[in-house]
Parts: sequence; structure tokens; C-alpha cells
Amino acid sequence: MTAQDALLSVRDLTLQIAGAGTVVVNGVSFEVNPGEIVGIVGESGSGKTLAARAVMGLVPPAIRRAAGSIRFEGQEVTSMAPKRLRALRGARIGMVFQEPMTSLNPSMLLGEQLDEGLALHRKLKPAERRALILDMLRRVGLGDPERALASYPHQFSGGMRQRIMLASVMLLQPALLVADEPTTALDAVVQRDVLELMVGLTREHRTAVLMISHDLGMVARYSDRVIVMCQGEIVEQGATQDLLAGPRHPYTRKLLAAMPLRGPSRSFPADETPIVAVRDLVVDYPGRRRLLRREEGKRALHGISLQVAPRQVVAVVGGSGSGKTTLGQAIAGLVRPTGGEILFDGQPITRSETGYWNYRLNCQMVFQDPYSSLDPRMTIGGLVGEPLRFVEGMGRARKAERVREVLGEVGLGEAFAGRYPHELSGGQRQRAAIARALVRRPKFVIADEPVSALDVTVRAQILELFAGLQARHGFSCLFISHDLGVVEQVADRVVVMSEGRIVEEGTRDQIFDAPKDPYTRRLLSAVPALENAPNGGVRLLWRLDGDKAAARPPAMAEAL
Amino acid sequence: MKKHLSFSAAIGGIIIGTLLVAACCGALWTPYDPLALSFRAKLAAPSGLHWLGTDEFGRDVLSRLMAGAATSAWISLLTVTVAVSLGTVIGVFSGYVRGWADRIIMAFNDALLAFPGILLALGLLAVVGANKYGIIVALGLAYTPSVARIMRGTVLSLRELEFVSASRVIGNSEAYTMARHIMPNCIAPLTVLATSMFGWTLLAESSLSFLGLGVPPPAPTWGNMLASSRPYIAQAVWLGIFPGLCISLTLLGINLLGDAIRDRLDPRMRGTR
Repeated sequence: MTAQDALLSVRDLTLQIAGAGTVVVNGVSFEVNPGEIVGIVGESGSGKTLAARAVMGLVPPAIRRAAGSIRFEGQEVTSMAPKRLRALRGARIGMVFQEPMTSLNPSMLLGEQLDEGLALHRKLKPAERRALILDMLRRVGLGDPERALASYPHQFSGGMRQRIMLASVMLLQPALLVADEPTTALDAVVQRDVLELMVGLTREHRTAVLMISHDLGMVARYSDRVIVMCQGEIVEQGATQDLLAGPRHPYTRKLLAAMPLRGPSRSFPADETPIVAVRDLVVDYPGRRRLLRREEGKRALHGISLQVAPRQVVAVVGGSGSGKTTLGQAIAGLVRPTGGEILFDGQPITRSETGYWNYRLNCQMVFQDPYSSLDPRMTIGGLVGEPLRFVEGMGRARKAERVREVLGEVGLGEAFAGRYPHELSGGQRQRAAIARALVRRPKFVIADEPVSALDVTVRAQILELFAGLQARHGFSCLFISHDLGVVEQVADRVVVMSEGRIVEEGTRDQIFDAPKDPYTRRLLSAVPALENAPNGGVRLLWRLDGDKAAARPPAMAEAL
Repeated sequence: MKKHLSFSAAIGGIIIGTLLVAACCGALWTPYDPLALSFRAKLAAPSGLHWLGTDEFGRDVLSRLMAGAATSAWISLLTVTVAVSLGTVIGVFSGYVRGWADRIIMAFNDALLAFPGILLALGLLAVVGANKYGIIVALGLAYTPSVARIMRGTVLSLRELEFVSASRVIGNSEAYTMARHIMPNCIAPLTVLATSMFGWTLLAESSLSFLGLGVPPPAPTWGNMLASSRPYIAQAVWLGIFPGLCISLTLLGINLLGDAIRDRLDPRMRGTR
């Protein structure tokens, strides 16, 4: 196919930071054919978002185009007058943004927002527009579109908002849809539903899709072709199947290798005292306080029971709102349970009990967001050394030595001790956070989504580090995650939670190979299983694809 | 230190440095006795003899400004110290413990906030008496509620961050967490607040003098000099201009210096090593 036939053709696009002259996108060329789904994969800083935004003329003011051309339907976009560019945006090229919580205007009724684009680009009567909008809302799975029109965005969940966003873009039947990390902010199950919807809708209207993502597995599932970007350059592009099966560029191989693979199975003696035993744990969050009464609270956990054996890694998985984080916080002593008990080393964890200090010293936590879990005013050395102030009989020199040792273990080295958190990258910060959790050599570590804020290759490094340290020091671990791929790699046992209850639990292999509960099956169907191919490539196997239980439930009860 | 930072810091430093030198100097030596009356030289324009002119009683304006600098600076400094320390303790405590204690403290605090600061100070001055220390106590207490409010807000948002949970998981007590992790992170808003409050006090002191409740005459402060210049504004414009200029320049200097201090204290602003 020649360049004339391509819907979008980008040639040697180079973008610079105005002033500094730093090249952020370097000589990028690619094409999108009508009706084709093309994925751009890369990590943060790879320039994937800028390259895609340039297509719509939406690069930030600080970025300047240094060279290259962008042709859309045979017209040069880069030299287009602003007025014509505006006519193109929305009408011919639509865009779905990453953050559904902020991409809809919170102060406008959905009806007005959806109508905006139509009124601007189409000559239709209000009644006709309304009919179109209602049709589209029904198509994206909203139960009561009439009512949705008179609602505000905050009345919908993130997944629903992304559907509405998609509806508003697809209403205009654009020729090209640019989707910038459309589902990164959503949890695995919702992510799959939204993507299926996006692919279905665009197929119906023969809309081409340029899908930007850091998630190679996700892109691979839905795209015809994949473009891999690294540090502003395209390192490899090709048909999805070929690229996965036979990656040529080392960076593509690295990305593929970073996809989680199942770790070895380990067995544990059944008779040991569990390091943590949770019995019938109930946690309620109090309702909002009104003038004279309290609103009804929300029960986050409905009687959870669970055990973690010494040296065992137990993963807790579930979507957002499943209560998995609350469970971790309750065990860490950050949330007071309403009922039930938590035993650590066989003893209750209440402050008055004799076992309290054993628990407090030996139960540590790694938090999700390395940007807020480290005090910005303390040095890394100070932060890592802080937990040692409770270790009795350890001299100043021994403590300094321990800090050095632990910084070395997490791969940071002594040089980092004098730095502040803001001077570190996300991955380095998470290493520091792990060092801080491990400096007292605890028996038990709670890891609350420790890698979900990180890039794929960094994620793989951190997981490897964590698994290595776990094997070396033998601490038990409660690993909380929504990402089943990650869980498959690290966990010995898996506990699946939904709406504050445990729906299924078992060994890792049981859960992944023979899931019983429909919710578990839906979770599993959202992540690929990998099979290594010889030359550094992989084969993606989609689990339970023909499975009825895994499919989206027909009734979209989520609306309103 | 970064370049853009050092420039404004230098200007602020020069202004405040000059003020402090003038204040120290004014306490020991002034060109004329700031209290000496001289009816022959009354309302004299600035000249070689009296650089900044003389007032309605023939007192040298420069000498009075120098002597007043010490009083004004001292009053402002102590007032800000009183307000910031009291307000911080109340605000941080209230924000960290929450619950009933917080609600009672804040209800009381909000009630006080409902009064204009100057009115509150007037009421307090009526009780403690109009003198230098009366003003400090009155203004200090009058400004405490706003500090408490802002500190409470800062603490409320800080304590939701994960590093506060992390500190609890380590086993740190509430008091230690508050002192080690929350207080240092409050420094930025606190410096901004303290510097602007310095300005408010300088102005409030003049307002109080204007209302006749400031430092009693004949002792000079910038505020009462400004206030007493009003009837003569048509004949002797320098009487109002020079104290006014001193007040505005000081505010400028303090603001510049305050920003520089805030940036210096924040490791994030020190650039990457």
C-alpha cells in the first residue's frame, strides 16, 4: 500500500523542546491505514504520547516540530491553518485520554457535553442529535441513557466515564481514533470490557485506531500492527504476530522479557504456626458526619479469614473497591478492625498485648506510590536508617553498616544515602522504600501494589529484586495487586477478593490453571499467559477466551 | 545557590540588613535626640541639617525613624513569634488528633476568626493596656487563629500521604511522627505565612497608633509617625512619605528574604546533585 492510500502518514517527525533544543521525538515515520488498529508501545519518556498528539496538533507549547511531515487523508496537518485543524479534530480524528476522572468536565451535564461536538461539526436538528446520542450511549452499555444525559460525570465510575468518553468521540464517526493509555487508570476486568467495546465500535464504523500504551500484552491483543518506541525513536515496527514471535531489536526483547512469567512452585509444611492469621476480620468505614447524626458507614471487609505461613508469599487480588488494600492496612495496624482478630506469630496485635512490639518490629510495609511514601525532607540514608531506632542493642556503627548493607542489597549503593527522594527515579525510590521495609530484617512484609506505579521494565527489575530478597531473607509476604501477571510471577498462594469478601483462594497453580469462581475467571481472562518462543519472542495465550462465565455480564448494572 | 534565587535573596538581604543596622544604630546613637523638641525648626523640609526634615514639634525625622525602627522591628518580630508558635502548636495538634478535640478547638478558632484581627487586638489592648508589650500580646493572639487554621489544613493534607502511614508502620509514636515527619513539611507554608504576617503587624501597629492605642507618644514607631503625619500632609509631605517608605521597603525585603529562606529549607529546591 502506498503513502497515498494510507489514512495517516507520518514521515521523519522530529520534535524538540523549544529553547533547550533537546530532541524528544527523533525521525519517527509510521502509517495508519483505514480501519487498522496500530499500537504504539513504549515506556515513560519514550515520546509515544507526543508523537501521537502531534497528529492532532496537540503538542504542548514548549514542544516545537523541528522536521517531518504528518499527512492525514492526503492533507498536510503541520501547515494547516488553525481553523481547519479545529474542523479536523473531533470530526475526523477523535481522542480518548488516559484519565477518565478528569477528561470529562465535572460541571457540565453529560447531555450538554456529548452534544457539544455534534452541534459543532454536524448540521443536525437538536432532536436528531439527541436521538444519535441516546443510541450511542445505549451502544456503549449504559443502562439508562435518558437519565445519563441529565447526570454529571461524578455520578459514574471510572470505567463508565471511559465508556461515555468513547461514546462522545465515536458519535462523530471519526476516521481515526487516538487512544492515549485509554485503560491504564482502570482495573483489569473493567479494562478488558472497555477495550473490547472500543475495538467493537471502531470496527463497526471502520475507524482506524492509534493506541498508545505501555502495556505490550494489551496492545498485542487488540492491534494489527505494533510500533515500539524507545527514547524518542521507533526501534521496531511490524505486524503484531511477527513482532511478538520474532523480535529483532534488543529493546523489544527486553520489553517482552519484562512480561511476567510464572515462577517455580514451592511447597510449605502444613504444621508450622502461621506468621499471620486473620480470623473473621470485619472493617467498617464510618459514614460522613452530619450535624446531628452520622450517615450510614460502609463495610469494607465482611469477615475475612486468611493465613500466611512462614516464608510464604500470599497474593491478594481484586479490582478496585474489593477491599484488598483495607485488608493490608488492617494487618499493618493502620486501620482499626470492627470485628474479628489478627494474630501475628500466634499473638494478637493490640497495643496492650505482650506480642505488640514483636509484631510492630517484624511487620513492615511497602507502599504503592514511591512518590508519597518517602518523606521529601529526609535523605535516603536517614529514611532507611529510621526504623533502626527501635532495634535495641545495636550501636551507631552497626546501624550505619546495616543501612549500607541494605542499600547495597536493593541495588542502590552507598552513594544514594545522602540524596533526597526527589533526586531519584520512581524505580530507585521504590528500591529505597523496599530497603526501608527490610532494614530491620522483618519476618513479614505487606506489599501494597508495589509495582503498579512503575514502567514495565522497571517493574520487572523490582519484582526480580523483591523475589530475590524474599528467597534470601525468607520473610513472608502479603502481596496486594490488581495485576494477575505480576501475581503469577511471585505468589505461592492466591486469594481473590471481590466486594469485601474472599471469593476464591488456593495455590497459585490451582487459581491460574483451574479457576472456579466466575469473578476469578473474568480476572484471568483479562491477562495473557505467556509461552516463550525460541528466539527471544513470546506467544500470548488468552485464557478462557471461549468461556461464557468470563464474558461480560449482559446487564450493565454499574450505571448510576 | 541558584542564580535567580540569589538575586532576590540578595536584594531582600540588603534591605533587611540596612534596617537592622539602622535599628541597632538607632538604639545607641542618632543624629539628633529623637525626643528633643525644637520649635524654631518645626516642619522643616529635608535639608543638609535635617536630612529627612523635621516634624510638627521640630524633632528630626531621620533620628525618629532610626529609633522607631528598633521598636517596630521588635514588636513585629515578637508578634509573629507569638502568633506562629501558638498557632502552629494548636493547628498541628488539632489536625493530627482530629475527633472531638479538633472540633472544639476549631469551633473556638473559627469564632475568633470571625472578628477582624484589628478589632480583636483592640479588645485585648483594652484589657492588657496600650504599651509595647500589650501590643505584642494583643496582635499575637489576634493572629493566632489564622495560623492555626492554615497549619491544621496543611497537616490534614500531609497526614493522608503514605509517608505518615509508613512512619506508623515502623513503630514511631504519634508525637514523633508529628515532630519528625509532619512539622518539617509544614515549613514552606509557615515561612510564607510568617513573612506576610510580619507585614500585617507593621501595618496593624500603625493602625493601632492611628487609633491612639499604639505605643504611647512621645516614643517613636513607624506607625505612630505615619499616623501623626496626617494633619500635616499638605504642608510637610515628607512626614508621611519616609515612614511609609520604610514600612513598604521592609515588607518587600521580608517577602524576598522569606521566599529565599523557604526555598533554601526545601531540599527539593536545591537542585539535583
